[in-house]
Amino acid sequence: MRPVDSAPAAGRPDLLSRATPSADLLVRRAWVVDPREGLDGPADVLVRDGEIAELGEPGALAAPAGAEVLEGEARHLLPGLVDPHVHLRVPGDEHEEDLDSGTRAAAAGGFVAVLAMPNTRPPVDAAPGLQALRESAAREARVPVGFLAAITRGQQGRELTEMAELRDLGAVGFTDDGVPVAGAGVLRRALQYQRLCGAVLALHEEDPGLSGDGVMHEGEVSALLGLAGIPSVSESTMVARDASLALYEDARVHFQHLSARESVHALGAAKAAGARVSGEVSPHHLTLTHEAVRRLDTRVKMNPPLRADEDRRVLVDALRDGTIDCVATDHAPHAREEKEAPFEEAPMGTTGLETAFAALHSELVRPGLLTLGTLVERMTAGAALFDLPVPRVAVGQAANFLLADLDADWTVGESGYESRSENCCFAGRTFSGRILLTVAAGAVAYRARSLALVA
Amino acid sequence: MKHLLSIEELERGDMERILDRAASFAEVSGREIKKVPALRGRTVVNLFYEASTRTSSSFDLAAKRLSADVVNIRSVGSSVDKGESLKDTVQTMSAYDPAAIVIRSPHVGAAHLVAGWTPASVINAGDGKHEHPTQALLDVYTLRRRLGGLDGARIWIVGDVLHSRVARSNVIAFGRMGAKVTVAGPPTLLPRGFQALGCEVATTLDRLGEADVVYALRMQHERMTEAYVPSLREYVARYQIDGRRLAPRQLLMHPGPVNRGVELAPEVIDSPQALIGEQVGAGVVVRMAVLFELLAGGGGAAGGLRVERSDERTERQPA
Repeated sequence: MRPVDSAPAAGRPDLLSRATPSADLLVRRAWVVDPREGLDGPADVLVRDGEIAELGEPGALAAPAGAEVLEGEARHLLPGLVDPHVHLRVPGDEHEEDLDSGTRAAAAGGFVAVLAMPNTRPPVDAAPGLQALRESAAREARVPVGFLAAITRGQQGRELTEMAELRDLGAVGFTDDGVPVAGAGVLRRALQYQRLCGAVLALHEEDPGLSGDGVMHEGEVSALLGLAGIPSVSESTMVARDASLALYEDARVHFQHLSARESVHALGAAKAAGARVSGEVSPHHLTLTHEAVRRLDTRVKMNPPLRADEDRRVLVDALRDGTIDCVATDHAPHAREEKEAPFEEAPMGTTGLETAFAALHSELVRPGLLTLGTLVERMTAGAALFDLPVPRVAVGQAANFLLADLDADWTVGESGYESRSENCCFAGRTFSGRILLTVAAGAVAYRARSLALVA
Repeated sequence: MKHLLSIEELERGDMERILDRAASFAEVSGREIKKVPALRGRTVVNLFYEASTRTSSSFDLAAKRLSADVVNIRSVGSSVDKGESLKDTVQTMSAYDPAAIVIRSPHVGAAHLVAGWTPASVINAGDGKHEHPTQALLDVYTLRRRLGGLDGARIWIVGDVLHSRVARSNVIAFGRMGAKVTVAGPPTLLPRGFQALGCEVATTLDRLGEADVVYALRMQHERMTEAYVPSLREYVARYQIDGRRLAPRQLLMHPGPVNRGVELAPEVIDSPQALIGEQVGAGVVVRMAVLFELLAGGGGAAGGLRVERSDERTERQPA
């Protein structure tokens, strides 16, 4: 994939987090998997001053004075995960999440970088809002955060935001996520304007006329429950439309949270035609179906909705073969009182940062649908799609990795959540794979209580 | 049985047990004093968040004929309109220690939610476009009285299936009682995937002649403005049940209230084939039987008809 044309103004980093002391630590004898580095075996990993200083044969490296030593035997050390799609609810809904709690959840889930969506109250659609957020992130964020800005003012789908200035100020990309850019003419202008401002346009694809007042996937379960359906074609027709526009304007477009098999086919066709397009899929769309809605649990109400098992299987295949480029959680916290409502009234969205790796490891890697290496690749690839460095386990790189016990079983929600909200669609499920340590941008961002120091 | 939240969760044996008891209550309704002491000292809360005449009045009457104390709350004039959440209202009502809460709501799953918030038994009196289980029970009751049983009966449900909770509950209930069900209506008002409920789907009335029972659904006028059908005229031309379409041997049902001249022509409403009045009458005894089943202890989910008299001392069944 070609990078987009321009970078932010010189010296202004895309991602920001609070200042944290750099780590000095030695992880001994962990099983290291990094497909980009060709690593899949036991090794010692030494971090000095926040940088990976040395990789050695298992048991070969000695800890320098002052360094922590962690036992990695029977544990896996993987590149830190990158989530290109989260909602941190700042500004406006800090009772649901804030930069501190949201990035704590990210770190607990093994993420070393997250990209926050601009559909806040008010939306991030002008310079002051973006600057304020970036200043807050530099004080509060536990792992580096990047911010996307809106494509249209107020996400109203009419006038473009000052995309060039927003890009100069550090907007990682542009999106009206939460709602589609319904008018093809407006989107076309945004694609043209990308030649000036650069940065990816990330698109929430949905035709409002087809979604109507739908609250779940249109199919047998919605027919049984009497709930208004959101047909798969609401998404796929827009993917096809915007892929055509992207090809015509030679623009760079990223399709968010794909849910329907028809959308996957449209994405594959667009890639084959040479369009500069990419796609993401969420852990819940890869592991759950509309059958989960039968109990009317509002935690499984999200947009796009959980679809049929045939859709889910096509999504898994597409993630494996690379038609879909990466995993994104679409972490969407909501307050308890909002979700404790009849299904039709409850807001759309599930949290996902703390469960993404465990859910996909348990449901895709364990049954043999995906290798651990491919999962790691897809859970880090979002960085490159937004022209950000991909975490690597390699000497000289900033330490961005996680340590996990893949055999540790845990039940989602049993010890609460780091997120301020608890609307997790996986609540009560038992997964195998527990994150023990997350090192992000050279600093320890999360450490499980059970993880003891050797020295 | 602790709650009645949907027809889907009832087996044929459950329905038959409730309807047999309804038949015994019909005998009470024939007396001059139409009251039995079965629920004396117990409280029934009717919580109606939607306009309703038949359902609310028949639940009210059913509870009173069982000697329960009744609290009727309607969305107009209650704190429901002041923005009190459903959960808060239910918890407030639960402080009165009701034996049962009957809930009608415009929202799918409302009864299910309420059951999680109160120790009382919960009866779904209609939740959005999902289910209306007591309507289905009274319709089965009415048909059993007329036909003896539903086994092998061919029943056509005609009209706006998409927006109808009655259609959903009745397709399931009629099917479990042994009938062969077809739903028919304009393609825009037939939900995708509806066959999964176990019925056939038709878009014309060409084969209506095969039906033993024609069950017409209410066609709401606003569906015209929402462009589900082009005009009332075209709907009437294609889907109205009139004297021409209804054969003399066929029975006619409707959940009420009828739009005269829309889904039904006046001549069939007033014909002896129409069971509409009997349906309304069945509403009270069937709802008495449901209240009795949940509160005075009928059989458990496993079946087993217990034959004790209606005695207020009878223990509640465990959930």
